Amino acid sequence: MKKLKITIDGKTIEVPENTTVLDAAKMADIAIPTLCHHPKLTPFGGCRLCIVEIKGIPRPVTSCTTPVSEGMEVTTSNPQIEDLRKTVLELILSDHPNDCMVCEKAGDCTLQELAYFYGIRENRFAGERRIYEKKDGNPFIERDMEKCILCGRCVKVCDEVQGVGAIDFTYRGFKSKICPPYEKDLDCEFCGQCVAVCPTGALTGKQWTMKGRQMGVKEVDTVCSYCGTGCNITLHVKDNTVVRVTSKEDTWHEGWLCIKGRFGYTFINSPDRLKRPLIRTAPEGQSSPDPLSLFKEASWNEAFDLIASKLSGIKSKHGADAIGGLSSARCTNEENYIFQKFIRAAVGTNNVDHCARL
Amino acid sequence: MTNSIKEIEGMEVIFIIGSNTKETHPVIANRMIKAYRKGAKIIVADPRKVPMVRFSEVFMKLKPGTDIALLNGMAHVILKEGLHNKEFIEAKTENFDEWKESVEEYTPDYVERITGVNKDEIIKAARLYGGSRKAGLFYTMGITQHTCGTENVRAIANLVMLTGNIGRESTGVNPLRGQNNVQGASDAGCLPNVYPGYQNTEDAEVRSKFEKAWGTALSQKKGLKATEMIPAALEGKLKALYIMGENPAVTDPNTHHTVKALKSLDFLVVQDIFMTETAELADVVLPSACFAEKDGTFSNTERRVQRVKKAVNSPGEAKDDLSIIMEISKRLGYPMTYGSPEDVLTEFGQLWPTIGGITYQRLNKEGIQWPCLTKDHPGTPYLYKDGFKKPKIHFHAISYAPPAEITDSEYPFILTTGRNLFQYHAGSMTRRVKPIETHAGEPYVEINPEDGKILNIKDGQMVTVTSRRGKINIKARITNSVSKGTIFIPMHYSEAAANIITNDALDAHVKIPEYKVCAVNIKKAG
Repeated sequence: MKKLKITIDGKTIEVPENTTVLDAAKMADIAIPTLCHHPKLTPFGGCRLCIVEIKGIPRPVTSCTTPVSEGMEVTTSNPQIEDLRKTVLELILSDHPNDCMVCEKAGDCTLQELAYFYGIRENRFAGERRIYEKKDGNPFIERDMEKCILCGRCVKVCDEVQGVGAIDFTYRGFKSKICPPYEKDLDCEFCGQCVAVCPTGALTGKQWTMKGRQMGVKEVDTVCSYCGTGCNITLHVKDNTVVRVTSKEDTWHEGWLCIKGRFGYTFINSPDRLKRPLIRTAPEGQSSPDPLSLFKEASWNEAFDLIASKLSGIKSKHGADAIGGLSSARCTNEENYIFQKFIRAAVGTNNVDHCARL
Repeated sequence: MTNSIKEIEGMEVIFIIGSNTKETHPVIANRMIKAYRKGAKIIVADPRKVPMVRFSEVFMKLKPGTDIALLNGMAHVILKEGLHNKEFIEAKTENFDEWKESVEEYTPDYVERITGVNKDEIIKAARLYGGSRKAGLFYTMGITQHTCGTENVRAIANLVMLTGNIGRESTGVNPLRGQNNVQGASDAGCLPNVYPGYQNTEDAEVRSKFEKAWGTALSQKKGLKATEMIPAALEGKLKALYIMGENPAVTDPNTHHTVKALKSLDFLVVQDIFMTETAELADVVLPSACFAEKDGTFSNTERRVQRVKKAVNSPGEAKDDLSIIMEISKRLGYPMTYGSPEDVLTEFGQLWPTIGGITYQRLNKEGIQWPCLTKDHPGTPYLYKDGFKKPKIHFHAISYAPPAEITDSEYPFILTTGRNLFQYHAGSMTRRVKPIETHAGEPYVEINPEDGKILNIKDGQMVTVTSRRGKINIKARITNSVSKGTIFIPMHYSEAAANIITNDALDAHVKIPEYKVCAVNIKKAG
């Protein structure tokens, strides 16, 4: 691949052809602020925050959409550029609800972080605001369009990555808005990829509301327990409760998830979870709309003793092959290994299988 | 999968047969869409117009259960047009000439008559797949859950061998695993005929290796498969069943038969996180920990062993499965003492060198794809780079035979079953997630508009679906997704459980049930 030599902030580096100035800067460990850019999506150049000066070009250009050329000399930061960036941010914020106090995204919001770095407190452009009602009836994704900065990441991810195209830009100018066709409620695959790439609090999970943001929330990297893809997920835990699921961009599946992986986690804390061993008290074959009434709660010792004595009894009376074990494609490798070892070595039969066929 | 999921984006041609990838493996579908954006051509063969069809160059809407005819037909065209990989066939396969004769009769015209797929589409698909030397083939239960499941897979293997599309990066055969650790449960030896690592229980040398490692004599008798345990229970041969984390009362075919079998057991233990339909029948129910409450590893569909980490404590007195099994084993006089899950993996790796190089420490970042033989082995992204186990792989002549149950005047419709995007399997997890249940909590049957018209059934009306095994009442969803004469019911909903009507006829080789085809009748309910 052809390499090109360029200079960024006085630092000369070689980068492959077709690299953007933004990516070249990243390679040189020079940070350029962005809002609409996302490394996995096509460049847009919408937010104008990543502007840089290039020698020979009379006006600043967006670094995310400009490919490098041989000998290019780039300045990523000087008072004039920073002033322009600050103005862009002020303009965005002039139309943004100032409610970081109660916003789900606070602490993890790109816009908030930039406002912090640029020290924006007062806004000289304060004026008319877009007022939208939150009225989307879907049960998964909260869409707060007043917080939308029209970066278009959600539109791109829905089309480019998910291949769905459930949303797009509508109207023009100040009235521009991102929504499903005819401004109906969102009705899509609910993968939540749009939520994952949204740089502000415009798109969040409805289940997350008031469950905890950053403070006191522990993150644990693990693996999704639904299908066989094995996506890497991060569980956000507060007070022994999983309050949110995300996935990191640098995982082998690029951080993309599906509806079940991203939103299907509340079964963990379901009140229906079994909490104590149960021993059947109802006669064989009896059923009930309240199945728990068929059983009595027991101690682990009681349950273990009963199982051991029943299995031993059946084994001595009918032989080990009268006993079978079904293991689980939902359990870990270690549990499955130990289960078949238990059936083979402790019970003494090869009657062990799992649901690979079902 | 012989390939990695990442490699999908490098494929020239993606052939998906019997897999509703976008709904059942959405994140793998993301990778296919990425390949599509780079110019890959996608072929879809499915009885339903599944969402991946939107990205396909060719869509073959075949009649359920006619996969062999379709695959043989494609092979026929590839041969006729000289697109086959002569070098590969010569060097790595055997029985080619005999097999070649067997596909002679599968002309596009003949195959069109069996499958209902327009012959031009068959030819187009054959040219695309046969014309590529960087093609990936994908399938799931749409191929395997038939009485001819094994033969379907062999027909796929023939097509792959014919084109040599295997053993290279972005080139291979990729069955997609439907459950998070179905790969791992199989690897770990939860199969009646093999010890951990697919080592044959009937091989005396293998058995003595495990007897030595486990310090006890092991049974020489062949074990029962899950689908054989149910009839064995009914016959009174199987007296006790220990079920850890499965729900056969919903997931097995012919529910009435399954429930009767489970009730006829002398003793049933169910270890689960919820009071499932199966647990309701148990003598003892043990509460276990879910994935977020324990440490261990899962192996995904591309053989990637990944770390599962404990994030929260289990509710009440629920325990992780490892502790429960160890305790019962001890009481049966066979104590197992592992200090941690990692100790179990270490022992597993000593008995199956294919994962011998995997340690928890190495799994911290991305996981490792087996084979990984030593501590410095990087893992194996794709299989068969250096050829196959056997010097020559065999072309099996496979001929099309109709499914176990065919339609007649009493049961004139074909029922096929599967999953939808929102719910998961028997639903014990997703149906307890409120937003999912709000959005997709109602069972439905997909019916073609033409059939709807003939039967005077409108969208949203209740219908009764009957088979020789049972009947259910369910809401009609009129859609072009299914062809005339075929209906589809998702398996998730126990209140209108598809498996009350499905057929428990089994594949002769691997005993997989024919969930994908049975004959049914539909009538307006009431």
